Amino acid sequence: MNMKRSSCEHLLHLLYAHQQQHRFISDEAINDIASELSLARAQVESVVEFYSFFSRTPRGRFDILFSNCTSCGDRSLMEKLCALIHVEQGVMRDDGLVSIGETSCIGMCDHGASALINGRSMTGMDEHRINAMAELVESGKVLIEWPDEWFEVNDHIRCTGLLLSESFESGSALKVVASEGVEPVLEKIKHSELRGRGGAGFSTAQKWKFCREAAGDAHYVICNADEGEPGTFKDRVLLTSYADSIFEGMTLCGRVIGAKQGFIYLRGEYRYLLERLEGRLEARRKAGLLGNRILGVEGFDFDIGIVMGAGAYICGEESALIESLEQKPGHPRIRPPFPVTHGYLGQPTVVNNVETLAAAAMIAAHEDHWFSGVGTEQSHGTKLLSVSGDCARPGIYEYPFGITVQQVLDDAGAERAQAVQVGGPAGRLVHPAHFDHQIAFEDVATGGSFMIYDHSRDILEVIHNFSNFFAHESCGFCTPCRVGTTLLKNGMDKVCSGHATAHDLDEMKRTALIVSRRSHCGLGVTAPNAIVDGLKHFPELFEARLLHKEMEPEFDLDASLAEARELSNRDDAEAHL
Amino acid sequence: MNPSVNMTIKIDGVEVPFEEGQTIMDAALAAEIYIPHLCHKPGLSPHGSCKLCTVDVNGRAVSACTMPAAEGQDVENNTPAINEVRKSITQMLFVEGNHLCPSCEKSGDCTLQAVAYHLDMLDGHYPQFYPRREIDASHPSLVIDRDRCILCELCVRASREVDGKDVFAISGRGTNCHLIVNSPTGKLGDSDIEVDDLAAHICPVGAILIKDHGYEVPIGRRTFDLHSVAETDLGEVKLSKTKHHDETDEADNKEGGVYGA
Repeated sequence: MNMKRSSCEHLLHLLYAHQQQHRFISDEAINDIASELSLARAQVESVVEFYSFFSRTPRGRFDILFSNCTSCGDRSLMEKLCALIHVEQGVMRDDGLVSIGETSCIGMCDHGASALINGRSMTGMDEHRINAMAELVESGKVLIEWPDEWFEVNDHIRCTGLLLSESFESGSALKVVASEGVEPVLEKIKHSELRGRGGAGFSTAQKWKFCREAAGDAHYVICNADEGEPGTFKDRVLLTSYADSIFEGMTLCGRVIGAKQGFIYLRGEYRYLLERLEGRLEARRKAGLLGNRILGVEGFDFDIGIVMGAGAYICGEESALIESLEQKPGHPRIRPPFPVTHGYLGQPTVVNNVETLAAAAMIAAHEDHWFSGVGTEQSHGTKLLSVSGDCARPGIYEYPFGITVQQVLDDAGAERAQAVQVGGPAGRLVHPAHFDHQIAFEDVATGGSFMIYDHSRDILEVIHNFSNFFAHESCGFCTPCRVGTTLLKNGMDKVCSGHATAHDLDEMKRTALIVSRRSHCGLGVTAPNAIVDGLKHFPELFEARLLHKEMEPEFDLDASLAEARELSNRDDAEAHL
Repeated sequence: MNPSVNMTIKIDGVEVPFEEGQTIMDAALAAEIYIPHLCHKPGLSPHGSCKLCTVDVNGRAVSACTMPAAEGQDVENNTPAINEVRKSITQMLFVEGNHLCPSCEKSGDCTLQAVAYHLDMLDGHYPQFYPRREIDASHPSLVIDRDRCILCELCVRASREVDGKDVFAISGRGTNCHLIVNSPTGKLGDSDIEVDDLAAHICPVGAILIKDHGYEVPIGRRTFDLHSVAETDLGEVKLSKTKHHDETDEADNKEGGVYGA
């Protein structure tokens, strides 16, 4: 199998290249790409319209997407830039020079306000920067000539544990499996009690075992590097500075389950990492740690290709990710069957989080109990937390499971925290009364996002932000999530604009229950969490914003007349209610 | 194959037999138990997107049309609580599109409308979305009115699995999801669909209509004027291209017709 070839011919990659070159994907381009790849036109069209980073209408030569995350977004900066260079959000400027829009969290939460400019991550933005950017945009100066320090991304590792403190010797885990064999290694991972680090917490050894035992023409290993949960950036740091342990974990898994091919599904927001990762893969091939006859062992063949996502949170869901790898929109599949038996191309597939694979490699290379001796009874080992928001030291904190929320706040220098969102918008909104709870699968579970909000924040706006996020990211496959997330967003719109009544809160609770219980996948199941938690733990914030009237129209009467005013060319007092 | 022991699941307390490979929906339909559904049609691969067939299995919510039946399943189906959820889901489908039943040619033949009546839905409950959706009248014999599309993908599957074509797909994301046509222009008139294809007739709502045949069956004599949506053999009734299916002599002629089983 020639990996290089197939990865550069991937539909998502062709579309990305076309978008970069032409700034949009035309009807003709869809036809051309469809025939080039021998795909149905409708498949290409549906992919273009599914992923946020593709556009059917032209974007500007400078296409600037501000993160709208509560940690790495700053709407006021976007509005300022729009005003300075006379751009309307979401509309390309007439001269085609620039377009400005929003995008979901880009994983730069420890770097202050951030944005993607033509796909490149810009960090640490402030008003001063916006002024300078406005000048550069107007001058038309190409992006590569913009100051490098604007695009600097650092690791910000604040606290190290098992995974981050030791330097991993490339090949050390593979030597163990080569010399001891697969069964002992699988047993070792089982004894480590390693559970999936993406959030769901499924036993890693079980997953590998199920996949190993599943019949198929080929087996596959997929590293889920689609770190899309707002507030999470620990995989970014692992991919930056610990890539070898990830690759080694994948190769180890490949050996255990009998796979010859692995994929890293890397979120489009982390494109800046691609070249470096390709370089590391090439170095491993040269070192005999990838490719044919790994470590000289006959039949130990494994290679890794990288497939880039293009802006879709749902692709972090393992079966949606597989659909995306198969050049389709990221719709979660019907389960069962599960990917371990019917995954990529219908074949047995392991999908593991970046952190899980890195941990697996290190577990294999260490003595027993190195990992399982740490943590709580049900949550062994350590967890990487991405800490961001209102604190003095945002960054990566590696802790043994069982650390309390309060301890993390103290370490990060967060004073006067009003609330913490643990696990991202899909996680839980934690009230100070519960700061003594522990980070663990059996208590406050998290894929690694830890966002802190102090008393300067409007918690309702935070929840509003999350409800917008889910309405935007819902794939639209099932009714409860497709319609329900928009109903919940509309409900929060109404609350935040001061138009809601007590009835609306009851309605939101009712809708939340349907969405969380009846949706097709985890996105819908978790989408109402922040609203549910907010209504439960911060009811006074909602109530303070209500209109204390018996009856309030569902809509703003005056605003609904705007179109009539525009058509009649009137804006006088008589034309308003 | 071992026909072996009689395997059963329990649906609302009733023992229902099932065979290996059947879903809860399959087993229920075979036992003439109605589980409301819109995106499901026996003979096409199950889809699990409309969620009307949501049931509680040992306390856990699952889609009956996609969940394999298995020994030990205690299924709650026809309960006031679950029907209330289904009514809400139906209301969601109504408000996200533009469904104007009184002026719709499909009124009386529309499964969405029939399910709504079945679930005692009296209003849309939620605020209307009023989306703008495109009509495609480019085909000489067919018209797509996306205002009524509920994204069930029956046409998508019928085209691929029965007609051996690939005429339809769903594009977009979230509430922007919409039906697209797999032709060089994206227009139905440039696709290879033919009026006798199953995909041209399978739409449970009025999103895909046959031109020049409006109101041939008068209101009052239409499918759901004469049948309940809860009749479990309705799949066959609906799949026949009926004209006056209340007239038994004609109904006999249609058995085994183009769309017969």
